[in-house]
Amino acid sequence: MIGCLIAVGVLIASAGAALAAGRRARAASAIAACGAVGAAALTLPEAIAALAGSPPVELSIAWAPPIDELRLGLDPLSAFFIAPLAVLGAICAVYGAFYLDDQRARRLLAVPACFYNLLLAAMLVVLLARDAIGFVIAWEIMTLASYFLVTFDHDQSEVRRAGWVYLIASHLGVAAILSMFLLLGERGFAFADLAAGGSVGGGAVTVAGILGLIGFGVKAGLVPLHVWLPEAHAAAPSHVSALMSGVLIKLGLYGILRTCTFVGDAVPWGPVLLTVGVVGALVGISLALYQRDLKRALAYSSVENIGIATIGLGVGFWATSAHGPTIAALGFCGGLLHIWSHTIMKGLMFLGAGSLLHGAGTRDLERMGGLLGRMPRTGALVLLGTVAIAGLPPLSGFTSEWLIYLGLVRGGSAAESAVGLPLLFAVAAVATVGALAVLCFVRLAGIALLGAPRGEGAARAHESGRGMVLPMAVLAALAVALPFAAPLLVDGLAPVLAELGASAGASAGARAPSTAEAQGALVELAEVGLAIWLGIAAVFLLVRRLTRQRRQAETWGCGYLAPSARMQYSGASFAEGIHRLLPSILRARIHVPYRSELFPPPADLTVNVEDPFTRAAYEPLLDRLARRFGQLRWVQRGLLHVYILYMVLAAVVTIAIVSLRDFWGLG
Amino acid sequence: MTAAGALEGLGQALAIVVVPPLLLGVIARTKAVLAGRVGPPLLQPYHDLIKLLGKGTVVSRTTTWVFLAGPAVSLVAAVMAAAVVPIGGGRALWSFDGDFIALAYVLGLARYFTMAAALDTGSSFEGMGASREATFACIAEPAFIMGLLALARATGSLSLSGFLGPSIADVWSVASASLVLVAAGLLLVLLAENSRIPVDDPSTHLELTMVHEVMILDHGGPLLGVVLYGASVKLFVFAALLVRIAIPVARPVWLGWLAFLLGLIAVAAVIGVIESAMARLRLQYVPALLLSACLFCALALVLLAR
Repeated sequence: MIGCLIAVGVLIASAGAALAAGRRARAASAIAACGAVGAAALTLPEAIAALAGSPPVELSIAWAPPIDELRLGLDPLSAFFIAPLAVLGAICAVYGAFYLDDQRARRLLAVPACFYNLLLAAMLVVLLARDAIGFVIAWEIMTLASYFLVTFDHDQSEVRRAGWVYLIASHLGVAAILSMFLLLGERGFAFADLAAGGSVGGGAVTVAGILGLIGFGVKAGLVPLHVWLPEAHAAAPSHVSALMSGVLIKLGLYGILRTCTFVGDAVPWGPVLLTVGVVGALVGISLALYQRDLKRALAYSSVENIGIATIGLGVGFWATSAHGPTIAALGFCGGLLHIWSHTIMKGLMFLGAGSLLHGAGTRDLERMGGLLGRMPRTGALVLLGTVAIAGLPPLSGFTSEWLIYLGLVRGGSAAESAVGLPLLFAVAAVATVGALAVLCFVRLAGIALLGAPRGEGAARAHESGRGMVLPMAVLAALAVALPFAAPLLVDGLAPVLAELGASAGASAGARAPSTAEAQGALVELAEVGLAIWLGIAAVFLLVRRLTRQRRQAETWGCGYLAPSARMQYSGASFAEGIHRLLPSILRARIHVPYRSELFPPPADLTVNVEDPFTRAAYEPLLDRLARRFGQLRWVQRGLLHVYILYMVLAAVVTIAIVSLRDFWGLG
Repeated sequence: MTAAGALEGLGQALAIVVVPPLLLGVIARTKAVLAGRVGPPLLQPYHDLIKLLGKGTVVSRTTTWVFLAGPAVSLVAAVMAAAVVPIGGGRALWSFDGDFIALAYVLGLARYFTMAAALDTGSSFEGMGASREATFACIAEPAFIMGLLALARATGSLSLSGFLGPSIADVWSVASASLVLVAAGLLLVLLAENSRIPVDDPSTHLELTMVHEVMILDHGGPLLGVVLYGASVKLFVFAALLVRIAIPVARPVWLGWLAFLLGLIAVAAVIGVIESAMARLRLQYVPALLLSACLFCALALVLLAR
């Protein structure tokens, strides 16, 4: 606990020091990165200790009103999220210092360095806060700091737009979160009081739970609240995208889990989270399939992965209250491990995307190609990342999905048909998501890294420096190691499970989930992983030996002798087959002008990949709202004395209401 | 482990290594007979493989190590898949709860690297094949998983050895309709996953119409040998699953093995008959075919969960 507090201090101090360094860009970046690494070194041991079973701590600091008392604490649930924050925060800070280095002539790098550390500090406080007021303040600082990081390239209009979308979405979310706290906070705003307020049950508590799901769902990127993700992740500098996708959106899930501990089973969390998760995973990956912008595709894949983690948590909640501790443990462990493994994989992918962007100068898939040859280290790491995030064994992505699968299958074949059948169809949905993810990521890897260069930039691409490759290599090593470490890691999840299980089964009197089953399954998976690694290593060497004398020639073009890079299959054509099969609402809008002239002029094709939910729902809705509010514009006269009149009127009306209420004795 | 168990395990390992190319021979022979030709000898695929392994290699200038990884990974994955499928009359070499999901994902890994190796050449034909493979897999995968889930639900077991073991004979007596649906669904998945007619044509050289064959267009010599052998092991895996569903004979051991091997040959012959009797579907109808496989398996699941 004390280490975490010092870490907050270190982060804020280094943010200030970075700002003070001002024009000395390298010094500012170095100070900030050192601060982030130092904070990680302080927080990680405490997080590990909390997960290993040291008792939760809480302390309160007297503060000026309106906070009165600042309550902070460290329990297993917080520690579970602090660990990835510490690791990825430090790795991205180091990467970011090198990543932005070439902009130092153009930009004041002290500003992003400062906001980055502020963001880390705010996220840490969000996780430590034990009362609603401190939580909301930290949450708001987190949003603002990340807003300023997202809009780093604010000279581009789409970046400004992305920042704007992010800011609006976040604040709508905060509105829902605040309402939830107000509904639960009759006895006070400390988390313990909120939980006491939630334990009475009833309609208001259910509404509060749903509000929490919506408010935190915006941050987590639950469909249909995910629309800010693709915009903000594409616009932000890559190390910020990595941190946001790897940690920040997970705080949305943290908020949802906290909400669960407040409201208990007033909301049927199991079915709700399962449904939301399945929808999120299917929609997220469907939208990721055809994106042309590498980082947009990765952002949509985050929506998918949050969905998968939510499915796991849903299984956990459902099984705790209904079925049995074994299945609950499989679900919870799967969902929680997926949060960690997604932090690793998506961190790797976004840092890799940044490195490719650095080398080839573009985020556009159709202008990359052949980068594995020109950037062998980045390329290999990104390729490994795509295999991991496509959820394929033997890497980290499959480890967590494996537990979720087992939870669903076990639950589905044990339960009576009304419950079992939906669970089994959820298995089929997850399998579809898996196959779609393979398509999505083989497309990213194949079009960006393999084949011949499709653009000038790709042809002249250069490998990134060690400062950028090394952080990626660390994440790749974690992605390789996670399946083998997982049987040990689930031990650390046991206290988190106890905390979640207590909230889900409080009234049902269910036993706390036990992790023994999950551990056994992970050991089996680790054996499979080992067999795959050894088998591939052996056969790959054998194949290399068999083809020792290989001649090089042109790619076989079926007799055509002058192939060019433009004749390769493009990303758009690769996704075309599956794009046709998607429901029409999820498809991109493709506009091909119809030409009927005898000698048609050059035609152009436009593909609009704007998020379908923005296009079909939010934009029309917000437009209509704006028009309605426009009708009230006459109120806004621009004359000072009219505004003073408004204030006086408002004061009079308020006083009148209060005094009349007293008069009739209603107060 | 008993001596008999060890002997059976050895037999299974031997079967996984030796039998697969024979299935290709049986298919080719069936097609030849139905077309009124003599056809190649049954053991021709073995000769082909040996010939290919001795050849030199030409690789495209644009390729990287991924091009070599494609065949290697798909062979390893196919063999690992075969290890969890019960061969002969008994249990699989390796069985654990949920092994059928691991099987699907290991085959997914193979698909990933086959497609990556195809895209590595930068050829539009190979990209086209990879795109089709990925698209069809998105529909075939849920069908496959649902079919096996139906078996899991029917037998109350979670591993392939469990639900393809003796208990499936009891399921035949109470829920035969579901099992027929599952078998039909898995047969369609087999045809799609192993690039047979009506989804894909393994024998044409019209690159524009093909899926799997066009992805491996640039693989030659030993690489092609590894690919072909891996593909035959994969066919063996799917055929073995079908045989174990359709012919649940486990004891005595010799009868189990006999039924299994004859069943494999029968499946290969059925594939040959299908390939002789119908033409490849137009590409836009393939998703419909695979969706019907999905529906078969989903229906079986619903029937069993009733």
